[in-house]
Amino acid sequence: MNWQAILAIYRFEMARTWRTIWQSIVSPVISTSLYFVVFGTAIGSRISEVEGVAYGAFIVPGLIMLSVITQSIANAGFGIYFPKFIGTIYELLSAPISFLEIVIGYVGAAATKSAMIGLIILATAYLFVPMQIQHPVWMLVFLALTCLSFSLFGFIIGIWAKNFEQLQLVPLLIVTPLVFLGGAFYSSSMLPPVWQTITLFNPVVYLISGFRWAFFGLADVSLGLSLLAILGFTGACLGVIWWIFRTGWRIKS
Amino acid sequence: MAPMISVRDVRKTFDDGLDALKGVSLDIEKGEILALLGPNGAGKTTLISIICGISTMTSGQISVGGHDVVNDYRAARRLIGVVPQEINLEPFERVRNTVRLSRGLFGLPRNDAFIEEVLRKLSLWDKRDAQILALSGGMKRRVLIAKALSHEPRVLFLDEPTAGVDVELRKDMWQIVRDLQAAGVTIILTTHYIEEAEAIADRVGVISKGEILLVEKTGALMRRMGRKEMIIELQQPVSEIPEALAKYDLGPGPDANSLVYRYVSVPGQRPGITSLLTDISAAGLVLRDVQTRQSSLEDIFVDLVRENAV
Repeated sequence: MNWQAILAIYRFEMARTWRTIWQSIVSPVISTSLYFVVFGTAIGSRISEVEGVAYGAFIVPGLIMLSVITQSIANAGFGIYFPKFIGTIYELLSAPISFLEIVIGYVGAAATKSAMIGLIILATAYLFVPMQIQHPVWMLVFLALTCLSFSLFGFIIGIWAKNFEQLQLVPLLIVTPLVFLGGAFYSSSMLPPVWQTITLFNPVVYLISGFRWAFFGLADVSLGLSLLAILGFTGACLGVIWWIFRTGWRIKS
Repeated sequence: MAPMISVRDVRKTFDDGLDALKGVSLDIEKGEILALLGPNGAGKTTLISIICGISTMTSGQISVGGHDVVNDYRAARRLIGVVPQEINLEPFERVRNTVRLSRGLFGLPRNDAFIEEVLRKLSLWDKRDAQILALSGGMKRRVLIAKALSHEPRVLFLDEPTAGVDVELRKDMWQIVRDLQAAGVTIILTTHYIEEAEAIADRVGVISKGEILLVEKTGALMRRMGRKEMIIELQQPVSEIPEALAKYDLGPGPDANSLVYRYVSVPGQRPGITSLLTDISAAGLVLRDVQTRQSSLEDIFVDLVRENAV
């Protein structure tokens, strides 16, 4: 393993985060605060509680997930797309590093950044609603796994994308709807039975459910199933990346 | 001694069916400067990209420092620095950081003293904390070189290092290349300026349409290919070449008032211009103007391709 190289990529990418600290951190915090105002306060004042949890608190895990998932994809996607776009990828390809090392560097930095954002949003949430996290370790496990798996997914999109439009396409057209319909703002038990069944095909449901369980001890699906879903997704992304680098798809001519 | 770089029958066919390289074989000795000369689209960049790992080859074998570039890519690439033709740099990054990144990517521990040395040598030290986008084109090219040198390569590829670069920087660039050679670095540069190859290369490889047409010592190639023409305009028309000038390779010029002198311009060898002009005066002819023209690279290619076809 070329640890120096991994560290070099990681540091370089994190330096971008610090350089663009306002865009990186402040904007998700502001948008999350808006969600709290609109959903938590304005609408939430009319919904007293969901399954024994105050509505304002109930949406916190979903909001964190929403930001963490979009941020992970955006960070990792941009992280690898940008060198492709401006041509600096020549240096990665000509360096004595394996593809695994490139992935660890880029995905590690992207996941770190989104985990930071997730924790900052959590801290922001405390300003709006009183909460108690029942399983803090599990909360961190789910947060870390989500950051990791969606950063891997974002990395794939970054390699796949041939232009900036494509880079935005998947997050906008697929991920945002999946997250919104994944129970970020409601419990799936609030849906009609048909939709409850359809929901089970949405992978994000399992993530939000697991994450919410770590907070409040209540879940739409079992904890084991949630873990299985996220590990399966991580594995699938790793498999695709392994194939990409074996074939040089969209990286090497 | 085993060559530093050995390229064996390398072929590259792109997905669209274009045969960019048609069985290229080439040995590059340790410590030499080889210039790859060829028109645009000849396959120079493709060949370099394949050696460096930026592109894959369709078939063939390449080793650098005895290490196969596919099976033993880590050891091979550790030896190689590459300066790309395009200015591929992160615009928002700062000079020193991006050079540090390069060193790290090649697995070397951080060494600020060495980076400072490289930046000073390239006159970049004053700009170390400048953003890349604030630099001039020539400075950006220096940054690319600094990145390539940051990991102490034993082999350096320079892809069109002086394309679109002013005269001063070109001279600097040549000096840097010579210094590196003195330090034992093997250098491969591509160019389509024949003067550049003449000025710094030990050997010249001519590549056209994906094939190496020849690899020769620079002096020998220049003798063979570096022909010049001098057009001598006279005050009066010349119907035939005077007897006194018969020993020169003179021919009729573009109009009745002119003659054309063909000669070879090689360092250390007198082209015979002074004696010709003296003899012209002695023959009673009066000069009006003189202009010289070097056979262009295109001419050389036409000649080479024609030779190859025979």
